[in-house]
Amino acid sequence: MGARVGVVTFPGSLDDGDAATALRGVGGDAVALWHEDPDLRGVDAVVLPGGFSYGDALRCGAVAHLAPVMGAVARFAADGGPVLGICNGFQVLCEARLLPGALLRNAHLRFVSRPVDVDVVRTDTPFTGAYPAGQRLRLPVKHGEGRYVADEATLDRLEADGRVVFRYAPGDNPNGSARDIAGVCNAAGNVVGLMPHPEHAVDADLSEGTDGRPMFAGLLDLLAARV
Amino acid sequence: MTSDTATVAFPPDERLDEARARPLAHELGLTDDELDRIAATLGRMPSVSELGMYSVMWSEHCSYKSSRMHLRGLPTTGPQVLVGPGENAGVVDVGDGLAVTFKIESHNHPSAVEPVQGAATGVGGILRDILTMGARPIAVMDALRFGDPGGWTALDGTTVPPDPHQRHLVDGVVRGVGLYGNCVGVPNIGGETVFDDAYAGNPLVNALAVGVLRHTDLQLARAERSGDVAVLLGSATGRDGIGGASVLASATFEDDGEDRRPNVQIGDPFAEKLLIECCLELYHAGLVSGIQDMGAAGIACATSELSSAASMGMQVDLDRVHLRDATMASWEILCSESQERMLALVRPDRLDEVLAVAARWQVPASVIGEVVEGSTLTLTRRGDVVAAAPARSLADEGPVLDRPSARPERMDALAAVDADAVDLHAEAARLTGGDVTTLLTRALAAPMLASKRWVHEQYDHLVLGGTVLRPGAAGAGVVRLPGTDRAVALSTVGNGRWCELDPREGTRRVVAAAHRDVACTGARPLATTNCLNLGDPTRPDQMWQLVEVIGGLGDACDALDVPVTGGNVSLYNASRGVPIPPTPVVGILGVLTRASDAVGRAVRDDGDELWLIGAPTTRGLAGSQLVRLLGHAPGGVLAPVDLGLERRLADVLVSAVADGTLRSAGSVGRGGLLAALARACVGGGRGAEVTLPDVDGRPATTDGRTLAQALCSESPGRALVSVDAAGARTLVARCEEAGVGAWRLGTVGGDALTLGAVATLPLDVLDRAHHDTLPATMGTTEERR
Repeated sequence: MGARVGVVTFPGSLDDGDAATALRGVGGDAVALWHEDPDLRGVDAVVLPGGFSYGDALRCGAVAHLAPVMGAVARFAADGGPVLGICNGFQVLCEARLLPGALLRNAHLRFVSRPVDVDVVRTDTPFTGAYPAGQRLRLPVKHGEGRYVADEATLDRLEADGRVVFRYAPGDNPNGSARDIAGVCNAAGNVVGLMPHPEHAVDADLSEGTDGRPMFAGLLDLLAARV
Repeated sequence: MTSDTATVAFPPDERLDEARARPLAHELGLTDDELDRIAATLGRMPSVSELGMYSVMWSEHCSYKSSRMHLRGLPTTGPQVLVGPGENAGVVDVGDGLAVTFKIESHNHPSAVEPVQGAATGVGGILRDILTMGARPIAVMDALRFGDPGGWTALDGTTVPPDPHQRHLVDGVVRGVGLYGNCVGVPNIGGETVFDDAYAGNPLVNALAVGVLRHTDLQLARAERSGDVAVLLGSATGRDGIGGASVLASATFEDDGEDRRPNVQIGDPFAEKLLIECCLELYHAGLVSGIQDMGAAGIACATSELSSAASMGMQVDLDRVHLRDATMASWEILCSESQERMLALVRPDRLDEVLAVAARWQVPASVIGEVVEGSTLTLTRRGDVVAAAPARSLADEGPVLDRPSARPERMDALAAVDADAVDLHAEAARLTGGDVTTLLTRALAAPMLASKRWVHEQYDHLVLGGTVLRPGAAGAGVVRLPGTDRAVALSTVGNGRWCELDPREGTRRVVAAAHRDVACTGARPLATTNCLNLGDPTRPDQMWQLVEVIGGLGDACDALDVPVTGGNVSLYNASRGVPIPPTPVVGILGVLTRASDAVGRAVRDDGDELWLIGAPTTRGLAGSQLVRLLGHAPGGVLAPVDLGLERRLADVLVSAVADGTLRSAGSVGRGGLLAALARACVGGGRGAEVTLPDVDGRPATTDGRTLAQALCSESPGRALVSVDAAGARTLVARCEEAGVGAWRLGTVGGDALTLGAVATLPLDVLDRAHHDTLPATMGTTEERR
C-alpha cells in the first residue's frame, strides 16, 4: 500500500467517496477523516472533496472552515503538508484563508456541469508534477459558485508569483472566473485548490476520460520518493 | 387502551357530530358514501384527526381508487422480480447477490403551483422511496413536459412568439431538479424534456430514481414485532404540504393555483443527504426491523401502512413528534407532508445505538410510539386519544371504484384523418420556397427535436463515480453498480401525441421505445416502472383512456417480458376543463454485464458503415413530430407495433454490443430517421453519406410523400447502428438468424450529412441547429461557448 492520504468528510460532502476511489486507483491508502476529528491521523497528504458541506449554509465553505478538522488541516499546511481542495474543498480553503480569493456565483447564475479544457500552468506543486507544463486537460466542472475573484493587486501578485496552477482554455471559461483562473496555490505551493474535478476523470470505463489520474498518481509518486 | 374503536372518548376539539362531519368531509375531498363507510367501520363518527387521516389515505393519490381494479391485470411477476408492486418501489435481481430498486413518480401539480420547490421535492420524495427499500440511491432521471416556450424559428421562417409563463416553468423546474439532486449528491443521468402546448396549462414533472442493495439488505415497510419502538428520523414536522395528496394531487385546479402554495412542500436536500447516510448506516448495522418514508400523507400514511402490512397495531404519542410549531393541531401533525422524514421500527434494546447513529449524522430523532398486538392504530395528544382506527381500513380498505368509461366519439374523427398524406416537396414549396434543406434544418432545430444539453448541463451527472454515458449520449442513462463491473441502463419514454390517437396502441409503442432505448446501449431489459399521467377519471371519456393505457401497458410488458414492478398514477391533469393527452411515462431498466461494453448513439469513426436494423420503414406520420411542426391537425391511425420483432431486435442489439460488433446504436423514434441521423452525426462530430431506405417497398425518392415517410416516419421497431466493415458481416448474419431486417444506409465521414440527392446538411449547421435552440429560447445565449 502506498502513502496515506486523508479524505475529509463534512456533513454534505458528496465526492469524498470518488476522491478515495481515485487515490486507491493509483495505489494510495485513502484514510477517511471526519469533520469532528481533532487531528489528521498521521496522513501524508489531505484532500478536501467536492460537495455541499453543511448545505452551503451562509456561503459555500463558510461553516466547514470552522470544523475541528480544519484546525488540524491548517497546521498541516503550515508545516508544508500537501493539501488539495476540489470544488467545495477549494471554497473551504479560500474561506479558511489558506488560499487567496473567493468563489462567487457563476456569472450566468446557473449551475454548470460539463467538460472543460483546462491548461496546467504550474507543474512544481505536489499535485501537478506528473503533467508536462502547458498540458491541456479535459476535466468536468459541476458547480453553481465557481467564479474565482480577487482584487486586481492580488491577481497581479498571483500571476507574478506563478501561483495560478490551472487556467481554463481560452474561450472555455465556464463561470466567468477572473483571468480564466481554474486553480491556484498558496505561496509555498503545497496547498492547491481547483474547481474542475480530477477525481471524476480517472476511469476509462466511465464517461469523463482519465486526464485527472496523474494528479493523484503524481502525488503518490512524490510521497513515495519522500519516504 | 381499548381496541374497540366505537367507544373512544375524544377531547372536545376532536369530536364531530354528523352535522359538522359531513361538510368537513366534503371540504377534505371525501364523498358522502366514503364518510358513511368510515362511520360504519369505526361504529361512530370519526374524530377530526381521523377524518383528516381518512381523507388523505383514501385520496386518489394514496388509494388508487379509480385505477386499482384495472392495475390488477398488469404482469408483475418473473424470476427477476424480488419485490413487485405494493412496496415503496419494485426490486429486481441483477445477479451476484445484488438487486436494484427503481420507481418513477409524478409531482405535476406541485410543480405547476411552485416550479422550483415542486420539482425539488419530487426528486426528494422518489429518493426516499428507494432509500426505504434498503438501497443506496445511485441515479435519478426526470421526464418533464411543458408547453412551447416559443422564441424559435418555425418551419416557415417566422419566430414563434415567446411564452414567458412556460419559460418560468421550464426554468423553475430545471432549477428545482438541480437544486435538490446536485446538493443531495445523486447523479442525474438523463430523462426526457418535451415541449408541447398540450401541457401548457398542466406541466408534467415525473421523477425516477434507482438504487442498489445486497439482497440481504432488503427492507420492508412492515411492523412485525410487538414492542418495537417507532423512531421518527429527520426534519421537524411543520405545516408545509398539509393535504398535498388530497388537495393538489387528487383534484383539478384552475386559476386559484397560487392560493394553493401552502400545500406545496419545501425541500431541504442537505437534510436528505444526512438522512440517506444515517439510514444506510442503520441498515448495515442491522438495527432496523421495518421502515417507511413519509411523503404523501405523512405520519398518517407511514403508521397505518407499517401496521396494516403486518396485521399489527401501533400506539403513537403525537406529543413526542418534534415540531416546527407547537401550536399545530393533531390532524395537522398527522397529515403534514414535511419532507426528509422516515419512520423506523427498532428493537427497544438497540434504541441507544440507533439514536447514536442519528446523532452522528446530525439527524433529529424522536421515539414516537410502539408496535402493539391487535389491529388498531391509536394516536394520543396531551394524554387524550385523538384517533383510534383499524390500520387496515386506512391503508388497504380504501374505496375501489369501477368508474364508467366510454370511448369518445371524437376518436372516430381522429381516425378518419389521413396523416400520411404529407408531401415533403409540397410542404417545402409552401414554407421555404422549395428548399428542402432549410425545411429539414429548421425541423431539427425545433425545441421538440433539438438537444436538451441546456437542461443536462444544470445537473451533476458524475457524483458517486459510476456514470458510464453522459446524459444525451444515448436514449438511456447508464450507471455502473458500485464495486462491480455491472451497469444498469434506464430509459423513460412518453408520447402524448401517439396516445391521444390511440391510448392502447400508443402505450404499447411507448413501452417498445423505452425497451429499445435500453437495448441500444447493450443492456438486457428486465423490468418496468410507470407513471400514468391522465385527466379526470370521473369523466367517462378520460376514464376510458386510463383503462386503455393500462391495457396497452400490460400487453406490451407481457410480450416483452419486462414485468411491472411499481409505479404511480397521476389523475386530474387538466387545465380549464381540457385534459392533457393521455401520457403514460414508462421507465424500463436493463442490465449490462460489463459496463465498459455500453455504446452510445454517436458515430465513432470515419469509414464505419451505418445500418438501419429491425422493422422495415412503413408509413408512420400519425402523431409524429413532422405533422405537428407542419401545423397539421392531429389525427390518423397508429399501425400496431410488432412486439415479437421488438424482442428479437433487442436480442440482436444486446449480443452485438456484448461482442463489440456495434460501434454505436440509437433508437429511431421521435422525429424519425432524420432526427436519429442528426443526433448520431452531431454527437460524433462526423458527417455521413446516406441513401434513404425504401418505404413500404418503394424507393424513398419516388415522390414527396414517400420522402416524408423515409425521413420522418415514426414507425416502430427500428434502430440506427454503426459498424466497421468486419462488423457489418457479423451484424447481417445475426439479423438474418434472428429474423430481423437490416438495411445498409451508407458510410460515416466528411463534414456534412448527405441524404442522397435530397439534401446536404453541413455538420456545423447541424450542430447549431441541434444545440443552440434551447439556450437561445431560454435567454442564455451569452453563456454558450
